[in-house]
Amino acid sequence: MYRLTGVTKRYTRGKETVEALRGIDLTIEDGDQLVIQGPTGGGKSTLLQMIGGLDRPTEGSVELDGVDLARISETKLTRVRAENIGIIFQSFNLIPTLTAQENVETALVPLGVKPAERRERAAEALRSVGLGERLGHAPAELSGGQQQRVAIARALVKKPKVLLADEPTGNLDEGTRDDIMALLEGLWREHGLTFIMVTHDSSIARRAPRLATIKAGQLTVTEQQPSYGGQQQYAQYGNQGGY
Amino acid sequence: MFGIYLKRELGRRKKAALVIALGLALGIALVITVNSVSAGMTQAQDKVLKSLYGLGTDMTVTKAQSAPKAGSSQGPNFKFDAKSSSKTTQSSDRVMTQGGQALASSLVTKVAAQKGVAEAVGAITLNVTKVDGSFTQGKAQSSTSGSSQQQGGPGGGTGSSSGGQPQVQGGGANFSVNSYSVAGIDVTNQDLGPLATSKITSGKTFTASQTDAKVAVISKSYAKSKKYKVGSTFKISGTKFTVIGIATPDSSESTTDVFIPLKQAQTLGDSKNKVTTIYVKATDSKQISTVKKTIQKNISGTTVTTSADLASTVSGSLSTASNLATSVGKWLSIAVLAAAFLVAALLTSSAVSRRVREFGTLKALGWPSRKVTRQVVGESMVNGLIGGGLGIALGLAAAYAVTAISPKLTAQLGNTGGGGGMGGGPGGGGPGQQSASSTMEIALSAPVSLTTIALAVGLAVTGGLIAGAMGGWRASRMRPADALRSVS
Repeated sequence: MYRLTGVTKRYTRGKETVEALRGIDLTIEDGDQLVIQGPTGGGKSTLLQMIGGLDRPTEGSVELDGVDLARISETKLTRVRAENIGIIFQSFNLIPTLTAQENVETALVPLGVKPAERRERAAEALRSVGLGERLGHAPAELSGGQQQRVAIARALVKKPKVLLADEPTGNLDEGTRDDIMALLEGLWREHGLTFIMVTHDSSIARRAPRLATIKAGQLTVTEQQPSYGGQQQYAQYGNQGGY
Repeated sequence: MFGIYLKRELGRRKKAALVIALGLALGIALVITVNSVSAGMTQAQDKVLKSLYGLGTDMTVTKAQSAPKAGSSQGPNFKFDAKSSSKTTQSSDRVMTQGGQALASSLVTKVAAQKGVAEAVGAITLNVTKVDGSFTQGKAQSSTSGSSQQQGGPGGGTGSSSGGQPQVQGGGANFSVNSYSVAGIDVTNQDLGPLATSKITSGKTFTASQTDAKVAVISKSYAKSKKYKVGSTFKISGTKFTVIGIATPDSSESTTDVFIPLKQAQTLGDSKNKVTTIYVKATDSKQISTVKKTIQKNISGTTVTTSADLASTVSGSLSTASNLATSVGKWLSIAVLAAAFLVAALLTSSAVSRRVREFGTLKALGWPSRKVTRQVVGESMVNGLIGGGLGIALGLAAAYAVTAISPKLTAQLGNTGGGGGMGGGPGGGGPGQQSASSTMEIALSAPVSLTTIALAVGLAVTGGLIAGAMGGWRASRMRPADALRSVS
């Protein structure tokens, strides 16, 4: 469970201090799905960085299962990211020189998984997102949707407790967007993950059971009924595998 | 993963990797070339010194130079008869001990007995100036018609007289002067001394029993100029010697033309029981300076010259090139290496900056900083090693080219009498005590030692480490949040 208390983040740019987050309080239960929406520069990505342990707040605490990510050492924080948090990026962030399988393997490197097991688990993760035939392809040889599937496989191969997605469909066309969303919804349901996603896409935001809107560093959380279809609606796009 | 990732990244950045590797290669090649040329210079200097000293000679002992006494100037003195017959060839040899000052032979034993001295032999060096030629008598003619002709004396030219006195016309002198050096050596120990630098390429060398025999070994160049062969005979100051061997010096030029037994040389030089130089071999080459001090302390009136002392007197293009190699070459190598290291470090750092999102992503995935740093350092190390390999190849090629071309360098050995430059020309007290100034031509080579190769590998690794440390430091400071930046 996540518990954010009074999270404030200030950046200093020259003589100017920018307050990206202002005293955010937020609780996210295990297995919840939360969509964070807001205008550009509103602080959504900054909030995701705090939740993912990618950055530390200036004030306040970010507790994951009782551990304050704002206070633990860098080594421990790195370990938390390696074991518990899977992250999906808008631009996929694949290593261009590595194959799809090797890219997925990079998530297992910090866990000390042996090469043979690493390869096997990476191949299985790619099969679960429908890329069983593309293991040896370089990112440049894959479409945008396929690259994001590789990124999803990389995020999930270590079986994390939390899946964070920063505008995962931001660089995809509408059809591919729906495929990816269906895949993510299916995986969330199947694995009971805590799924937190940043998006500026209102149609995706409407589907979420819980919507957090951030504006000028301040957060408003809304419990909502999915506007159409809900979780079942994603199923019609097809769950790509049993991962 | 480390190896695969490293290989792929280097493959992706071939151009940048090549620029870094070539920069390092250039610096390393320069270091190898300068080092090997310097080694060649040292070898050349050693050759020059050995040609003077003899193989295995660590130092020489000569008489300390003293200022010439007033009125004691002894220029060459040639005596010719004023013979009555016209066009009679006359010859006169002037034999002088080199340096004009000699040591008692008994000092050889004394020097040999000093602590740290393995062996010592004495030798005497003579300068022989041979004057050959003839006088032509002039003829006296009366200025009046029908006068009788009278012969003029030697050296007469055209005399003039007035009032009908006879005038001397015609006559004169035609003489050639030939100088060469003669070394009187201890035939019972030829491994040390002037002949030790030469190999007998024709005939044979002295036997131990020929201590007072009228036999000679002559240098190849002198034999060629005089058309002497084994079995030829020649005279020095009236004494007839038979050539028993032709000696070819190890270096390109010898400073001695004729070698004869020591006793014969002493007789010729009117220096019975005297030597001009004592050649000394130390028991330990590392103790040479100590032995030098011991000899100078215990045997007064002597000058001890080591090869190190002698090296400082080498001048000419060899010295200039040597100075260039050790000063300009060394600093040029350092400058190029420093520039190469800097360029490698900046390029690596720049490459890391372009990979912000990549390294940020790895950190976001949970890669610890040390793993990211190791990846960057690993890539730099491989670049460094590639540069090292290229540099060694380039350096070896350059050293091979220098050896193949074998540029000729001249070395001038100055006077080393230690007496404050007392050497002078004939008539001024004789040439310098140890050796007259002599010029030698040496072919330069550029030997590459294993130490030089090890140095090159060390530099390559250092270059890689410096660049890697810079890039790794930048990579380690990147935040995982950088993965969310939109730069590509």
